[in-house]
Amino acid sequence: MFGRGRKIAPYLFISPFFVGYAIFFLYPVIQSLQLSFYRQVGLTNPPRFIGFDNYVRLVTKDALFIKALTNTTYYALGSILIIVPLALLLALILHSPTLRLREFFRFLYFTPNITAGVVVGIIFGLVFEEQYGLINNLLLAPLGLENVRWLRESRWIMPAVILLGAWKWTGINAIYFMVGLQNIPPELKEAARVDGATRWQVFWHVTLPLLRPILAFVLTIAIIGSYNLFAEPAILVGLEGGPNNAGMTMTMYLYTRGFRELKMGYASAIGYSLAVIILVLSVIQLVLIRAFRED
Amino acid sequence: MRLALSQPSDAAERKSLTMKLLEATIVYALLFFFALLVGIPFLYMFTGSFKTNGQLFSWPVNLLAPEPTMNNYERLLSGEEIPYLQQMGNSVVIAVSQSALTLLFASMVGWGFAKYEFRGKTFLTIFLLFTFAIPFQVTLVPLFQMIVRLGLLDSFLGVILPSSVSAFGAFFMRQAMVSIPQELLDAGRIDGASEWGLFWRIGIPLSRGAISILAVLVFLAAWNDYLWPLIVLRTPEKFTYPVGLATLDGLYKVEYGMILGGAFIATLPIVLIFVAGRNQILDNLTIGAVKQ
Repeated sequence: MFGRGRKIAPYLFISPFFVGYAIFFLYPVIQSLQLSFYRQVGLTNPPRFIGFDNYVRLVTKDALFIKALTNTTYYALGSILIIVPLALLLALILHSPTLRLREFFRFLYFTPNITAGVVVGIIFGLVFEEQYGLINNLLLAPLGLENVRWLRESRWIMPAVILLGAWKWTGINAIYFMVGLQNIPPELKEAARVDGATRWQVFWHVTLPLLRPILAFVLTIAIIGSYNLFAEPAILVGLEGGPNNAGMTMTMYLYTRGFRELKMGYASAIGYSLAVIILVLSVIQLVLIRAFRED
Repeated sequence: MRLALSQPSDAAERKSLTMKLLEATIVYALLFFFALLVGIPFLYMFTGSFKTNGQLFSWPVNLLAPEPTMNNYERLLSGEEIPYLQQMGNSVVIAVSQSALTLLFASMVGWGFAKYEFRGKTFLTIFLLFTFAIPFQVTLVPLFQMIVRLGLLDSFLGVILPSSVSAFGAFFMRQAMVSIPQELLDAGRIDGASEWGLFWRIGIPLSRGAISILAVLVFLAAWNDYLWPLIVLRTPEKFTYPVGLATLDGLYKVEYGMILGGAFIATLPIVLIFVAGRNQILDNLTIGAVKQ
């Protein structure tokens, strides 16, 4: 098929991918930018150029967009604050070479991550059920706490989604941290112990700084994942986000505007806003992680 | 954490033994507590699928199913509410074809980048890295318009094609193939192999491990995807199982046992795949991120 042409062979190898990439990724990326400057409702209506109007409206007049942005950011911060310390703790425990049942725990903690978002949403409908749900009956009641109206009261919806996120993502992040721990040469820790460092000091001054690349990776994945959040809250509280739209995420908002109301231009502007937000957050996070390197 | 078997000879060692015992207790208590947190929702999904609605929404909560009924599964699989078996079949067809296409494209482009020098290689690598960072949500609206224009709305191809080019897959395969020794290729060329023959008979077999990991990851992503199939597919006979389950969830909130049954039989196959290949998969999850 490729003959002996070593000159053209590489181009033939890479072209199927790049042709597909151009059609199904690059072209939509450019087309979407253009569309975000137009008003187009429906598939057949002609688009009308309106400059930055879509973006201006999003930021200044669209309370629901701001709400979706706030909700999603709340989820991102909340889930990162739970997942990262917990995953790190589990990784430190599971890293111990003499631990029994290690493979069992590692696999069990990982299983939520391979479960479909729709399925997770369905299961957690029962977990958060007000009267007969698992959390209220098995965790809160034994502690003498009142039933929480998880999915019915707007202030409890995002905490519920955050707990769902922690359930789904902690295990795989623990595995990421375990890979990081494996890459730390044991001599470094031993040397510190010989110099009289306590276990806490070794963790704080040797292990943690060396985990920085993994931490950057984990945070980047978490940020992207947060802004991709769609299936779980859509099933848990519905595509409108439940009472007071408290569970509406950015991607859910893009979906409702773009594919239920067919506001093509507006939805494209939402997509680009999302891209800018993810980019800015990822850069901030990388700069912060780098800053910690100095001390 | 394993306890020393020999008896401690003095007070200091005895104290450290007590400490170790205490530490081990805390560690295992913690691990089992988290195991319960992870496992109980799964258990409840499984047992709930054998319960009537009255049993499911009753007090006190029972994690087991003392009086199991097969009624949920009978009704679900009879197709009287939604054609669920067909929808699971659709998911299989879509996930398998998407995996096959993605693997073909990714291993070819990975081979091209790993084993050849050519004009524009550096540029394309950097270009791919930069565009990799663009979130997919940006592309949704134009992709949808394209699918409509091509007449692929409500078709499997409309779901499969846009997802079959994976920049992640390209990088993943390039990383896996770059370490294949150049001497093997030179020897093959002397023996008269074509460039395609080298790829097919040396490149592919020697990166079987990476290919199987990528296959599992792509299959899983396709199997679990909800958003894009929801946008493209319009009739219940074409739905994938997550879209079908979501409609069931929206229509029959009161038939929760049946919904749980559908969720369970869709989750079981992927858990089994992962049980079979767990160590290889878990050990290599971060291949693209960490080992660069």
